[in-house]
Amino acid sequence: MAEGSRKLASDRRFLLAVFTSEDEILAATTDARDRGLTIADVYTPYAVHGLDKAMDLRPSRLPWVCFALGLAGASFKVWFEFWTSASDWPINIGGKPWNSLPAFFPVTFEVMVLFAALSTVAAFLLGRGLLPGRRAKLASPGVTDDEFALVIEETDASFCVDEVTARFRVMGATYIEERIEQESI
Amino acid sequence: MASIPTSIHTPLILGEKTPSVVTTDICSALERRPTLSWWIAIAISSSMLLLGLIAVGYQIMTGIGTWGLNNTVGWAFDITNFVFWVGIGHAGTLISAVLFLFRQKWRTSVNRAAEAMTIIAVMCAGIFPLIHMGRPWLAHWMAPYPNTRGPLWINFRSPLVWDFFAISTYFTISFVFWYVGMIPDLATLRDRLKAGWRKTAAGFLSLGWNGSFRTWLHYETVYLLLAGLATPLVISVHTIVSWDFATSVIPGWHTTILPPYFVAGAIFSGMSMVLTLMLIARKTMHLEDYITKQHVGAMCKILIATGGMVAMAYLTEFVTALYSNSQYEQFAFMNRALGPFSWAYWIMVSCNILSPQILWFKAARSNMLVVFMVTIFINIGMWFERFVIIVTSLHRDYLPSNWTSYSPTWIEIATLVGSFGLFLTLFLMFCRFIPVIAMAEVKGVLSHGRRK
Repeated sequence: MAEGSRKLASDRRFLLAVFTSEDEILAATTDARDRGLTIADVYTPYAVHGLDKAMDLRPSRLPWVCFALGLAGASFKVWFEFWTSASDWPINIGGKPWNSLPAFFPVTFEVMVLFAALSTVAAFLLGRGLLPGRRAKLASPGVTDDEFALVIEETDASFCVDEVTARFRVMGATYIEERIEQESI
Repeated sequence: MASIPTSIHTPLILGEKTPSVVTTDICSALERRPTLSWWIAIAISSSMLLLGLIAVGYQIMTGIGTWGLNNTVGWAFDITNFVFWVGIGHAGTLISAVLFLFRQKWRTSVNRAAEAMTIIAVMCAGIFPLIHMGRPWLAHWMAPYPNTRGPLWINFRSPLVWDFFAISTYFTISFVFWYVGMIPDLATLRDRLKAGWRKTAAGFLSLGWNGSFRTWLHYETVYLLLAGLATPLVISVHTIVSWDFATSVIPGWHTTILPPYFVAGAIFSGMSMVLTLMLIARKTMHLEDYITKQHVGAMCKILIATGGMVAMAYLTEFVTALYSNSQYEQFAFMNRALGPFSWAYWIMVSCNILSPQILWFKAARSNMLVVFMVTIFINIGMWFERFVIIVTSLHRDYLPSNWTSYSPTWIEIATLVGSFGLFLTLFLMFCRFIPVIAMAEVKGVLSHGRRK
């Protein structure tokens, strides 16, 4: 009895609707959001512009990673250049001053770009769980080719599968399926 | 359901394509067996590469005395080739990053191949400073690491050290940019290919990409940030390459116009090489619907613009020399135009300034044979530009008793041929194993299923 109810509570029910064009997925997503449905995710073969607004997503915060690590890389490099050229083993080269800040600038710039770019990419891949060899869980087999899949999570007790299905059919869905995901306890 | 393709503008991709047609068109080229022309091309290019390997092996074992350099002309073929290949690379970043920031949607058809060309060209460029070191097995001494020689650190005030950092950063960032741009397409390949090593490789490298829009949102941000970082990077790289020359006190090198001059020249030469390769790929891989005359026309216009900047730089150098009232500076430029290497100078002028002028005419821009010929001329002209800058400035320096000439040995020529062999071999491999057109980006610019 207790086990059954726990299992019931951990089941997550999803409704998958597959569309064939950008306009349809945008309209269906906007419609779903306007009617208060919980959009789990949308799967598309390319970055559909305007879908972030339709899904009500916040802009990515990756620019902060880029800025912070770029600044860190540049600061580290300036310090390193001073330390090697003026402190650890100063060598007089053509009478140039130990403190050759203008001459340190080019390498500092390159290292800043290197840190900023690599850290942004690393933060993106780790943040989204994109790792070498990971198996992809596809919502529908064609989402990397020509299908646009909208996945709604049935969070509300009053969620009426038939009504939403009918609605998506009118909006052009070519395939609709209800999926139940059991979370292992 | 109904999608009305609007055509206020001429569509970028011809033939009323849908996303699935794009996938099939681009992937089928990889799934077919290689054609006879591909085998012939790779046989030739790998023979050239083999010749280069033999030459490089010989000169490393014997020493760079096998080159035609002398006390006066200490830089010649090697550094010419280095600057030439780095310059070629710049168009890839221009197309992938700068045109992305300017929202030029036509770039989607050519950016993948142009970026591949960048990476390969930077590899070719990297060979030359490496072998010029004479003791390439000590190349790691360029990197600042705690060592048992003191630790003796590298000289951060030297433009050659700046160059090492610039080129290695450029290679790394270009490679990452290319790979990140390719992840969605690798996922498409993974879901399409039949089981086999290619599917396994695509599965491994596509990192579990599933087309989630939450991922796409961050992906677009990453792409924009990388483009924003690569744009100043590409300018810095050729600026630093020009500083290898400009910070020395050689007449003809020691001038402040060199950085913008080199950057413009790099984009000019790279764009011309992109066109050369894309015109061949378009024809042999039947990509006429994707790389249309509109794309070729847009690239031709960039050639005219950057060619104009290069012409302006040639003129400015002369005016500066004249106005400087420095007899060494004036002599250097008179010697370029009228001295023993004047033939190289006039090849440069006629290839780089005169030949692109035909592209002002629309009829010429839409004739693929004419455009192809012009790009070949520019490729030759831009190689000679670097040769002229390097050799003519050195061979007659301040002291007439030092004056001498320079001619390459067969080792140097074989190394140049070998670098072309490496370039073409890797590009041919790219065409066989990687989607040559960024499918996920092209799908986003189709007029299919979009009313706006």
